[in-house]
Amino acid sequence: MPDFTMPALGADMETGTVVEWRVKPGETVRSGDVIAVVETHKGAIDVECFLEGVIDDLVPLGTELPVGAVLARIHSASEARRPPPAPSGAIRPKISPAARRAALERDLRLSDLHGSGPDGAITLADVQRRDHNATPTMASPTAQPASRQGFDTTPMRQAIAAAMGRSKREIPHYYLSSTIDFGPAQAWLESWNRTHEPIDRLLPAVLLLKATAMALVEVPQLNGFYENAAFRPSPAINPGWAVALRGGGLMAPAIHDANHRSLPELMVALRDLVQRARTGGLRGSELTDPTITVTSLGDRGAESVLGVIYPPQVAIVGFGRMVLRPWVVGDQVVPRSIVTATLAADHRVSDGHVGGQLLAAINAALQSPQAL
Amino acid sequence: MNPESASMARMSYREACRQAIRDALHADPRSFVMGEDVGKYGGCYAVTKGLLEEFGAQRIIDVPLAENGFTGIGVGAAVAGLRPIVEIMTCNFSLLALDQIMNNAATLSHMSGGQFAVPLVIRMATGAGRQLAAQHSHSLEGWYAHIPGLKVLAPATVEDARYMLAAALADPNPVLIFEHIVLYNTEEDLDAAVHAVDIAHAKVRRAGRDLSLITYGNSLPKCLRAADRLASDGLDAEVIDLRVLRPLDMTTVMESVARTHRAVIVDEGWKSGSLSAEIAARLAEDALYELDAPVRRICSREVPVPYAMHLEEATLPSVDAIVAAARDLVKPR
Repeated sequence: MPDFTMPALGADMETGTVVEWRVKPGETVRSGDVIAVVETHKGAIDVECFLEGVIDDLVPLGTELPVGAVLARIHSASEARRPPPAPSGAIRPKISPAARRAALERDLRLSDLHGSGPDGAITLADVQRRDHNATPTMASPTAQPASRQGFDTTPMRQAIAAAMGRSKREIPHYYLSSTIDFGPAQAWLESWNRTHEPIDRLLPAVLLLKATAMALVEVPQLNGFYENAAFRPSPAINPGWAVALRGGGLMAPAIHDANHRSLPELMVALRDLVQRARTGGLRGSELTDPTITVTSLGDRGAESVLGVIYPPQVAIVGFGRMVLRPWVVGDQVVPRSIVTATLAADHRVSDGHVGGQLLAAINAALQSPQAL
Repeated sequence: MNPESASMARMSYREACRQAIRDALHADPRSFVMGEDVGKYGGCYAVTKGLLEEFGAQRIIDVPLAENGFTGIGVGAAVAGLRPIVEIMTCNFSLLALDQIMNNAATLSHMSGGQFAVPLVIRMATGAGRQLAAQHSHSLEGWYAHIPGLKVLAPATVEDARYMLAAALADPNPVLIFEHIVLYNTEEDLDAAVHAVDIAHAKVRRAGRDLSLITYGNSLPKCLRAADRLASDGLDAEVIDLRVLRPLDMTTVMESVARTHRAVIVDEGWKSGSLSAEIAARLAEDALYELDAPVRRICSREVPVPYAMHLEEATLPSVDAIVAAARDLVKPR
């Protein structure tokens, strides 16, 4: 029977803690179902399962486990119909008798409790703490678990330090920069937004994202992973969108198949992703799947950014703040919105010529926004 | 009450035992002391020193090295209406008298349908810590606490050493008093207002809310020291002195555990089949849903007590071990 194991939600993750099970032992799971919430240095992540069958032997909540550790067993449907085997490997959550009684009196589910006692046992204090924290809305099944409230930025800082340190030690970066006339895109965006309800309006970021995704179709040498001393291109284009967190820290979860999505679809996806990155609820696949990183500094950022590649990716595309600058159109100097696009890429995988093609392709895409 | 002892505020445990015997001999002409070297020598631990001169050879009786014999005389004397105080030099030697203690003293009331009472008191020294090696250092009170028909006392304070004997003599049942050899030299201030103690209840010697240290005898001062150290860590330990090992006052123990939800039992006896095992079992039977952590036991290593000082120390319950066990229960690493 296959095991459901602790996923590596990024190159920098070593351990995770299951803080919530979304399934019960004996339930049938399908590929893509979110079955657990794992607390990592990136906050609480919804983890999907890519196996099918009946799940069993769930590890107790609150146990910190290394990447690859077995979290549950998934029996194929035929196996599941057989009588259950002797409970040799099953881990029963430890709870003190006093805590068990107190939880019963307060009508708390044991699976909601986190053990801090000897051998990780749930103690009376854990029950009382939980009871104290509980609010009426917590009882409703749709309420967010308490672990979703904000991030502990210290472990995230450490994780960023580890990943960026590794990147700068191992990856020979080369940097390219290109100044792009955003005027045509700006004009197209304004006309689109004039004819749409506020909810359907688009932000410049979504054009930058789509233009990058389309450019990667033409220049696939920058979309993928450097693993075992070789480049493994990715058939899917899943740009990781860098999101600065309000408490400090950074994440770049994936927008899957960005090249196949329309601008309005991407806008919805982007808004949803940023929201979930900041409040919790990212899916494990969104952390493991990015094939390149895109960072856009927005209205208040610097004019350009020279990024650090997030291993094992091989490139990061950066967009600076839009600025109004004198620009030569035909034989006239006119004020235009300008954006500086940059690329940091892994020289082990590509050369500046390829990098230049990518920036050129992004530029070309932004000059024909109606085609995006 | 003897006016001489009432004026003494500070007293050693040994002196308290002696004054208790003097009181008994003054109070009741039926009472007498019998044991090896209790007269001319003044007692192996000098508890009866000076009593031969004060009370004469009729009431302070030296006997041959024949534990089963003189204990049997004590049983007979008690049945016949006297109030014997038998001293057995150490509880290791009491095994020679086990037949009289168990088959006669503990059963005669039952066998006679209540026609005979056996108001016998047997005092014996117990425990390790004075380099007396494997034949003089064991803690066998837990074995005696197994036997129905006996009462088993373990005075751990000067006050209990001073007043338990009178209560034991007043009891119609055979009572065994285990005096710990390390405690004889300890001194405490006696509360002048106290003139008697009961032999029915355990006592909370230190109130606390985070865990209960359940102990008796010479492990009591160790638990009190451990509680002081735990207090500097912010852990508030309650210390319960069992005092009476049979019948056990589990009410006091249960009340404590119901408040603290954690129990560490400290017993100088060996762990297997011990008094600590009995208390742990009763907590599991009657207080399971009060427990917020496993019961822990700190007992002597399961070896004959060694002679060498460092090995003897390593064998016995230590303050360090008590502190470590308590910390692990409350704040696991």
